Amino acid sequence: MPDGLPDPATLLPLPPATFHILLSLAEEDRHGYAIIQNVAARTNGELKLSAGTLYRSIQRMLEQGLIVEPRERPAPEEDDERRRYYRITPYGTAVARAEAGRLTQLVRLARESGFAAENA
Amino acid sequence: MRFYRALLHAYPASFRAEYGEEMCALFAERRRAATNALLLAALWIDVLIDVAWNAAHVHLDIFRQDLRYAARMLRRTPGFALTVIAVAALGIGATTAAFTMVDHVLIRPLPFADSDRLVKLYQTTPVNGFKYWELSPANYRDWKRASTSFESMGCFTGRLVNLTGKDEPLSVTGGAVTSEIFPMLGWQPALGRYFNAEEDRETAPATAVLSYGLWQSKFARDPAVLGRKILLDSEPYTVIGVMPEGFYFPDRDTQLWTALRFGPQDYVDREDTYVYPLARLRRDVSLRAAQSEMSLIAGRLARQFPKELAHVDATVIRMRDDFSDQARTMLIALLGAAGCVLLIACTNLANLMLARAMVRRKELAVRAAMGAGRERLVRQMLTESLILASIGGAVGVLIAAFALPLLVRLVPVGLPITEVPPVDARVLAFAALITVATGVGFGVVPALRACRGDDANALRETSRAGSGRRERVRAALVVAEVSGCVVLMVCGGLLMRALWRVRAVDPGFRPEGVMTMRTVLPTPQYDVVAKRVEFYSRVLTAARQLPGVTGAAYVTSLPMTRRGGVWPVEIAGQPVDLANRENASLRFVTPGYFQVMGIPLLEGRDVAELDTDKSQWVAVVSASFVRRYWPHDDPMGRRFNFALFDRTVVGVVGDVRMRGLERDSEPQVYIPYKQVPDGGVIGYKPRDLAVRVNGDPAALAPALRPIIREADPGQPITDVRTLFQLVESETAPRAVQLGALGAFAAIAFLLAGIGIHGLLAFAVSSRTREIGVRMALGATQSDILTMVIREGVVLAVIGISVGVAVAFAAALQIRALLAGVPPADALTFAGAVALALLMTVAGSLLPALRAVRVDPTVAIRVE
Repeated sequence: MPDGLPDPATLLPLPPATFHILLSLAEEDRHGYAIIQNVAARTNGELKLSAGTLYRSIQRMLEQGLIVEPRERPAPEEDDERRRYYRITPYGTAVARAEAGRLTQLVRLARESGFAAENA
Repeated sequence: MRFYRALLHAYPASFRAEYGEEMCALFAERRRAATNALLLAALWIDVLIDVAWNAAHVHLDIFRQDLRYAARMLRRTPGFALTVIAVAALGIGATTAAFTMVDHVLIRPLPFADSDRLVKLYQTTPVNGFKYWELSPANYRDWKRASTSFESMGCFTGRLVNLTGKDEPLSVTGGAVTSEIFPMLGWQPALGRYFNAEEDRETAPATAVLSYGLWQSKFARDPAVLGRKILLDSEPYTVIGVMPEGFYFPDRDTQLWTALRFGPQDYVDREDTYVYPLARLRRDVSLRAAQSEMSLIAGRLARQFPKELAHVDATVIRMRDDFSDQARTMLIALLGAAGCVLLIACTNLANLMLARAMVRRKELAVRAAMGAGRERLVRQMLTESLILASIGGAVGVLIAAFALPLLVRLVPVGLPITEVPPVDARVLAFAALITVATGVGFGVVPALRACRGDDANALRETSRAGSGRRERVRAALVVAEVSGCVVLMVCGGLLMRALWRVRAVDPGFRPEGVMTMRTVLPTPQYDVVAKRVEFYSRVLTAARQLPGVTGAAYVTSLPMTRRGGVWPVEIAGQPVDLANRENASLRFVTPGYFQVMGIPLLEGRDVAELDTDKSQWVAVVSASFVRRYWPHDDPMGRRFNFALFDRTVVGVVGDVRMRGLERDSEPQVYIPYKQVPDGGVIGYKPRDLAVRVNGDPAALAPALRPIIREADPGQPITDVRTLFQLVESETAPRAVQLGALGAFAAIAFLLAGIGIHGLLAFAVSSRTREIGVRMALGATQSDILTMVIREGVVLAVIGISVGVAVAFAAALQIRALLAGVPPADALTFAGAVALALLMTVAGSLLPALRAVRVDPTVAIRVE
């Protein structure tokens, strides 16, 4: 579904795995194993994506147009022939922003109700 | 590692191809990290859960995606979608309806405990060719005593009783059963109890068990009915129980049961046969073993009573199988025809899908180029065809549910099962099964073909599509359709000819313009002849005075209403062959019966009011009776012993088909209604009234009812119908059968026509350029027309040739239904072939005309 991408809002809320994968691809292109490690590091080891969850998410994200497999490979010294790298698309960025916005909104509501610390 | 790779097969192939290597690499890393056995075990548990969870979700994702895609495609081509759904619905509906009938009548076990061990026992005699006879109480007693094959044996008999009370008297089909019967069937009463062994004694109080239906209709489901007294044939019976809903025995019509009791006098006459034994085989005894034991016992009895039981054998038959072969053949033929329709429907659908797949080749090729594997495309197309088949299946089940009540005439009355088969989980499961089979059946070939490796070329290909290979597949499908269609048309045609032939059979009487109704005068009030005579006279006198009535008469039973009713004949001066004693059908009649029925009087006179027990005892016999006993002599004044007395022939009448239009009948003997002793031959007392009228006989019924009520207000009136309706009902199962098969044939005809049209239309549109070139090179319009039509005709001829051969084989299988029409009936075959050709030409006409209208200049420039 390359053309006519739906409004980012229609994809919300994102499954946690999808959101974390987008976050980890925000800085640079990564391959699958790197994504798992990065997500684990980011969440202090709380979220360890399994292989199945990772690639199922990746497949769906590719189809949704959130990420792509770039044609050009990273610098040769960093490249691992066996690996496939993924890159966030502008649409993926927009969707991640929308999700972040949704979460912020949620946190604001939580604060107003006294469920969350003011400066958390 | 190898195990992990194997695990990955839980994922779809496309997913595996895409990510399998990566996942293996990931697994390898985790494997290295797992340094001790505990960690390793944890890893494997984690992996197993991961694969199970995610693989299922990947499949689901793909399915959802395919579903969305399919829905979009189908919305874009609603005509195509509707056609496919309609065709699938017809095929699945026909097959489901036929299966439901077959399952209901032939396959499903009877609704009794351990029903496959329930058997019926019959006497068989070589005389007259009728296979199954009831037993005398004495024979039943001796069979039961001597046999060891059965856990239990009881017997029953049919019994028509008048149920009287405060309402209108009601004629009820009852069953008289011995106490062994109910426990054998394994149902518990809904209320109260059934008969116990004590009640088999003649001196026990009279008791009755009601069916649920009767309890509901006559007693408003009042539980207080237990212990209440009801009047059956004016005798009080105490209601002791009510059977639950859905319990039928021995057939669907039986509405109440009384105890069957034998006194010493019942065991005297071994020729007074009226009971049917039912038995439960012992677990360790086979049907065959039981059969040989019973034959032995019957043989021993035959030697013991050579006069009464000469050549009487025993037959043991499973209760499940106790109905006519014709009913069985009809149902199997119906299923075969339905299968044929389904096959044609599938073929047609495959063809439609194939045509569409070729139209979509470019799209598919694009998707393949974009990385969709062949497996994904096949899967996508299968999802589409399965969706269409499922909608079709749902509609089909509705069609079946509506069609079933039309087919009830094919359920034999004698089986203790419901009339309309239930559409239950079993039927739905079958429908679901054939729906999936249909979806896969018509989806898989096109999907595989469309997604062949060579489709990389499709991108480059132009509209000169339809390579020869694919055309061949489609042509083969059309050939299959045409042949299936021919088979159905031939079978339908043969059945139609059979129906015509049966309808054309001369019943021996004129059925038009006669109203009939039945009043069974009860025993013992009417055992005295004079009392009956009074009743008949009052009714007949009043009936003859009604406007338009030209005659009225009473008879024991009208032709075709009672298949038996025969009595052995002994001719004075002719030796009695005990082994082959011949029977004749016995009817007591009032004067004027032959005139009312339109049975020709060939010689002598009718019975008369003056034929009483004081005068000479006489009989009127049928022409076949004369042919059998006095082929060369004048029958008038001859004497023979029949129905307990010597009788003298005073008249000869035409033959009547007593046993129905399709069976030969014994010769008939008619006896004056007064020439019988009080209480003698009581089962043959006249009960059917026939009134001939100028004008509409049906309009006579309201005038006749009060006449009978006035003669005796306690007597119910049943079987009110015209004689024409009676004869018509003889052929009703045939008509239903023909209707069903005819509908199937019509569907097949339509589908095959659509198939041919579709194939040629596609061929023409894909060959527009070629046709244009031909025309540019000088081909005339008629050349083009011939070319296209010839293509259709060639396929039709191949299809017809195959079809005719298969049809002949099928016709041999349904020979039993053909009523003597030869299976190779030339007219039928010619008709079917002609229709098939006509259909071909009609189907190819539109495409041919389109081909003719091709403008060469446009066609060539198109690309």
